[in-house]
Amino acid sequence: MATTRDWLLDDSPSSRLQARLGRSYRLSRALARNPLAMVGAVIVLTLILVALFAPWIATHSPVGQDLAMRLKPPSWDNWMGTDELGRDIWSRVVYGARITLMIVALVAVLAAPVGLVIGAVAGYFGGWVDRILMGITDIFLSMPKLILALAFVAALGPGIQNAIIAIAIATWPGYARIARAETLTIRNSEFVAAVELQGASSLRVIVNHILPLCTSSMIIRVTLDMAGIILTAAGLGFIGLGAQPPLPEWGAMISRGRSFILDQWWVATMPGFAIVIVSLGFCFLGDGLRDVLDPKHGDRQ
Amino acid sequence: MALETDTAAKALPTGPGGSSRNARHAWKTVKGVLGVLVAVAFTFLGLLAITFFIGRVVPIDPVLAVVGDRAPRAVYEAARIEMGLDKPLIVQFFHYVGNVLTGDLGMSVSTGRPVVEDLKRVFPATLEMATIGIIIGVLLGVPMGVYAASRQGSLIDQVIRVVGLLGYSVPAFWLGLVGLALFYAKLQWVGGPGRIDIFYDGVIEPVTGLLLIDSLLAGDTEIFFNALTHIALPAAVLGFFSLAYIARMTRSFMLDQLAQEYVTTARVKGVSERLVLWRHAFRPILVPLITVIGLSYAGLLEGSVMIETVFSWPGIGNYLTTALLNADMNAVLGSTLVIGAVFIGINKISDVLYRVLDPRAR
Repeated sequence: MATTRDWLLDDSPSSRLQARLGRSYRLSRALARNPLAMVGAVIVLTLILVALFAPWIATHSPVGQDLAMRLKPPSWDNWMGTDELGRDIWSRVVYGARITLMIVALVAVLAAPVGLVIGAVAGYFGGWVDRILMGITDIFLSMPKLILALAFVAALGPGIQNAIIAIAIATWPGYARIARAETLTIRNSEFVAAVELQGASSLRVIVNHILPLCTSSMIIRVTLDMAGIILTAAGLGFIGLGAQPPLPEWGAMISRGRSFILDQWWVATMPGFAIVIVSLGFCFLGDGLRDVLDPKHGDRQ
Repeated sequence: MALETDTAAKALPTGPGGSSRNARHAWKTVKGVLGVLVAVAFTFLGLLAITFFIGRVVPIDPVLAVVGDRAPRAVYEAARIEMGLDKPLIVQFFHYVGNVLTGDLGMSVSTGRPVVEDLKRVFPATLEMATIGIIIGVLLGVPMGVYAASRQGSLIDQVIRVVGLLGYSVPAFWLGLVGLALFYAKLQWVGGPGRIDIFYDGVIEPVTGLLLIDSLLAGDTEIFFNALTHIALPAAVLGFFSLAYIARMTRSFMLDQLAQEYVTTARVKGVSERLVLWRHAFRPILVPLITVIGLSYAGLLEGSVMIETVFSWPGIGNYLTTALLNADMNAVLGSTLVIGAVFIGINKISDVLYRVLDPRAR
């Protein structure tokens, strides 16, 4: 055990793999010293596990109706009570984890690379390319995200796929800004000049040498944004423009429970707790990652 | 925008009026103002481009998006001609910009009135709620942030930090629903959904459109207090979100100040902790705080979309969501445009205020 640790913490790693693993090891040790970050990591890990093993964790079917059992308060059989169609809310919340995870993952996969590439291209080439690309970015940034997403969904039509596209459209500009700022600090370094002198094409410089260095600030930002993405997706579901029934999406579930909020509070309240816990988890993890990966913010602790 | 002022600063020594210091200063100010105005104009044009794009390019059939799929053939054709869809996109865009500038946002299919009139009617309700929300947020958030910074690392600091993060992770609509269940249904401390009890509806003639002010102007305290019980909960929920953000930022600004040497000097001199906090450390953060409060006020407009839906509050958010569900595209784009414009406007104003008030940014 001690030898593995020594190998990981070796000051002069003999291979790229060793250097990378060593860096990850140091980061995870630093992260482990931050209690809130660990709570966040546990929550996010739990979300992933619950989404993966939903059929084994759920006690009932997420769509199975039982009208004799409608609107029952939380009990030993139905941990979070039942909704207006007699469906078990706990099981629906568990399956809802899959939808939430899918939404955040897809938004990240769509928005982060687009923002990354636009920002890196703008920063690397500068001049008119920069001005045009950043002009577009700033216009999108100056709009409130939720409103932008709402308007796009209105034009695209309701549904979970369109909600994901709309949220991605509202999210990418933030990443473009960060990638540009990072690129500007890297662009004039000697190693970039060195690869350029060796005849590397712009594409090669950006893809192989600039983008990898933007990833750590990108990971921080994406993690911090996750809470906002979850809230926007739930908001779209709540209004009725996101995931459509009978999908057990948390926002849509709250929307259904709205009619019963005065007498059967659990229908709307329970899925809300799931949203709060998961968003809080991403916030904690993102804050912790920022402290570990970005020394500039370390003193703000 | 930083770009414009940079060039203004560089152009300064060779600029006209270099003979006297005052003239140079005036020239610089004029250039700075012009730069900001040009930047604002471009941002608004960009905003128009986005709403145009959403309205005309994204939908497969923009005419259908505006008139709805139940419209008769004749209405469809009339709308198609009226929207000028036979012309090239760029011509359509200029036509659209011209319409917006002359205050024509089209007709709403669901209310049957011009969108501009609808927006004028609903906007004061949102303004009233957001204003009370931001007052709550500032009055509670600033002291919380200062206190947390002064006791860094203590339990209360951790609690305030978590409250700050909750502001990013609690869905506004859910908090509103839970608040209704608790404070309206169970404890009966506040009024229910809507701006006022139904039997008072329409009693007060709108002057400003702000019900609290209008009822006071009419001298009707009964209606004033009724309206107050109705606005308390939605404004408090909105206030929570601005509180979370303001407290978080205040704490961070204060920590920066408290780490500076002049604070140590003041403490060594024996200045009381209260004075160190409020007179020495707090003063310099007032200017950045103004920007934060401005941003947060603009953010409440966004939050009000969800809150108004939950509380059936007849403001712009409710109007927008109703329009969304009816696929009333003109109303959707009109509200988007107004919310976006106010959002940009508040941002730019706080930006300008920051420059005017902070000698370092001049």
